[in-house]
Amino acid sequence: MNTRALPLYATIAIFLLAYLLAWTQFPNILSTRVVGNLLTDNAYLGIVAVGMTLVILSGGIDLSVGSVIAFSGVFIAVVLRDTGLHPLVVFALLLLLTTAFGAGMGFLIDRLAMPAFIVTLAGMFLARGAAYMLSIQSVPIQHPFYQTLQGAYYLMPGKGRLTLIGVLMLLVVVLGMVIAHRTRFGASVYALGGGEQTARLMGVRQGRTTVLVYAFSGAMAGLSGIVFSVYTGSGYSLATVGTELTAIAAVVIGGTLLTGGAGYVFGTLVGVLTMGLIQTYIVFDGSLSSWWTKIVIGLLLLVFILLQKGLLKLSGSRLAGGAA
Amino acid sequence: MLLSIRSLTKVFPGTLALDGVDLDIAAGEIHALLGENGAGKSTLIKCLTGAYQRDGGAITLDGAPIDPKSTGQAQELGIGTVYQEVNLLPNLPVAQNLMFGREPRRFGLIDSRRTRAEAEAMLRQYGLGIDVGRDLGTYSVAIQQIVAIARAVSLSGKVLILDEPTASLDRREVEMVFDVVRDLRDRGLGIIFVSHFLDQVFELTDRVTILRNGRKIVTERTANLDRMSLIEHMLGRALEHEVTGTATDGEIKAPMLQFDGIGRAGVIQPFDLTVGQGEVVGLAGLLGSGRTETAEMLFGLRQSQDGQARDADGPLDLRNPRAAIGAGFGFAPEDRKTDGIVASLSIRENIILGLQARRGWSRPIPRAEQNRLADDYIRKLDIRTSDREKPIGELSGGNQQKAVLARWLAMNPRFLILDEPTRGIDVGAHAEILRLIEDLTAQGMSVLIISSEIDELVAVADRVIVLRDRRHVAELTGAEVTGDRIMRAIAADDEAAA
Repeated sequence: MNTRALPLYATIAIFLLAYLLAWTQFPNILSTRVVGNLLTDNAYLGIVAVGMTLVILSGGIDLSVGSVIAFSGVFIAVVLRDTGLHPLVVFALLLLLTTAFGAGMGFLIDRLAMPAFIVTLAGMFLARGAAYMLSIQSVPIQHPFYQTLQGAYYLMPGKGRLTLIGVLMLLVVVLGMVIAHRTRFGASVYALGGGEQTARLMGVRQGRTTVLVYAFSGAMAGLSGIVFSVYTGSGYSLATVGTELTAIAAVVIGGTLLTGGAGYVFGTLVGVLTMGLIQTYIVFDGSLSSWWTKIVIGLLLLVFILLQKGLLKLSGSRLAGGAA
Repeated sequence: MLLSIRSLTKVFPGTLALDGVDLDIAAGEIHALLGENGAGKSTLIKCLTGAYQRDGGAITLDGAPIDPKSTGQAQELGIGTVYQEVNLLPNLPVAQNLMFGREPRRFGLIDSRRTRAEAEAMLRQYGLGIDVGRDLGTYSVAIQQIVAIARAVSLSGKVLILDEPTASLDRREVEMVFDVVRDLRDRGLGIIFVSHFLDQVFELTDRVTILRNGRKIVTERTANLDRMSLIEHMLGRALEHEVTGTATDGEIKAPMLQFDGIGRAGVIQPFDLTVGQGEVVGLAGLLGSGRTETAEMLFGLRQSQDGQARDADGPLDLRNPRAAIGAGFGFAPEDRKTDGIVASLSIRENIILGLQARRGWSRPIPRAEQNRLADDYIRKLDIRTSDREKPIGELSGGNQQKAVLARWLAMNPRFLILDEPTRGIDVGAHAEILRLIEDLTAQGMSVLIISSEIDELVAVADRVIVLRDRRHVAELTGAEVTGDRIMRAIAADDEAAA
């Protein structure tokens, strides 16, 4: 068995185990209603986490996404309020904007050989500031098209609602899997994460790959912003503070190596759902403070970092053993 | 000729790295490229692979002039390279490593089944039937090396450059790689083999070219050379040339430090070493023989697996450099720029660095005291600088080295380890540093000096230990310390040395 897939199996096992434990206590947690809500409530996080997965696989980080989601919501709400544009046109404009924003950050990271951390940190402040500039208040969205989007769902057996945004999230995960595992661009992303120097020697176009990976993350953040605005029905510049960190946590819990080069997009979905499950459990319990979510996520993160370290050690010692 | 290099020249600021080098590689030959550190081997290879642009000369491949601008371009022209550190991605499956950038695709998506099939077929040519779906990093270095060769050959297929490909392999694995290399030669590739393992050069190669100081010294059929003449060419001194050392004959120095059974598997074989008070011990050997590793182990930079160190008062703790410094040791490493100086700090700050670190950062040395120390050593060691606040990176190599020495002298060590203290230093400073070493030992300090220049060791050392293939193979004392004896010990076969 490939040791690389171990974190993924561990993630899936932990998720199933947690679900089983929750189910023995609250049998209702297995209903299609809960499952549907799990997808809907975490749709925006799942989408942005897919973008984050590719960035982390390439050995980078994107701290701007939380602010970009907030900016997207405010942008959509303000443009819809002040102009007569159709939401689909606004969506297209927004995606162009956030993709270009991501590409710009990727360009700076590559050209100036700057750490992604600091460039995207600047992007985070920039996007948040732009959101404030558009509006400090929460702006409600009252376009009839939004009502259609919010009302679009498939009623599963057991009265669970499979919403449009939930399905969209699943589609994005599939898209992410195809890009990461079945394209040359995806291979280049893994190569960069494995070692820049080596990747260049193997013929990876480093600049192009870096720009594209941050552009992809920007596009996903924009899409996530659209989904979030559909979910909340408004745009608010103070929304989704710290979402970038939650997304990073989901990626790492999903088994992706934070230093890049190893991981699976599917694992990120499991990571997002695991975090959602913890939240659901706390809601079901009713007596637990919502802070327990953070504590459990913190512990999970720690477990996964230790697991990855252990795996690295394991494969390292086996290498040394083979060479000796 | 498959590959022809004519009067290749490459200039770096201040040095002529390659000075009109000629080299011919025929199809179906394995050609060794030899030379000590700074001889120009890697510069030559980098000019061939497009990592450097040459400043003069011509390279022709298959009769056509070439001028590769990048490694990618060199690959397309037909020149593939395999490095000591496997330059593939251990985090990706073997198949992806082999086929990277050329994966067969269907509907724009990578066809993983065909990728694997093609990778397997490719490796079968090398007699390697491994699971190509597993990550490269899970295989032994030898197999990784063969995968790297397979990739380079399939990409380029005319000239294969092997840059120290066997440095981290054991005997059996080396044989595995050599079989592959011989097979490629028989298929008509021109192979350039860079290695500092002379046994392997004799075993594998058809011809040898030796570089020294950026010049080609000789190209010869391997069969016509013996070890001795090879080493003579590499080190650039003939046997009849005799330098008598300052070695004080017969005078037994009182032992100060005693190292027993220091060593580590795969790094250096366990050795014993006694260092006398005021004695200069030299370490001689070719590149990669384990000289630096010995020094690093004595200074606690690398952990010894076994053994212990002791002085007259009992066992010494050499767990890490801090402990070694506590025991009165000092170490000026080989790579002055990255390991020795802090380039952006001033001379004063560089000199007091060690002293301050020992005092602890909560008790700063008063500025007046710092100035006094710095001025004192600038004067004593004759460090040429306009003032003590100049960033040390702006000084010449020799003056930088003196400042590094000053840092240790300020701490008044009893045992100072100097790894190539005179490399990259002009002749004047060279002599001054050697004189300084003699002054210090006259005052009772003991010195361990590593040098590639045999004459330097002969001039300064009371005793010379010769290393070969990560072992201490000979020890020469007093009148035995001559250039000839050292050379012979370096070149000797195992039986002769034992």
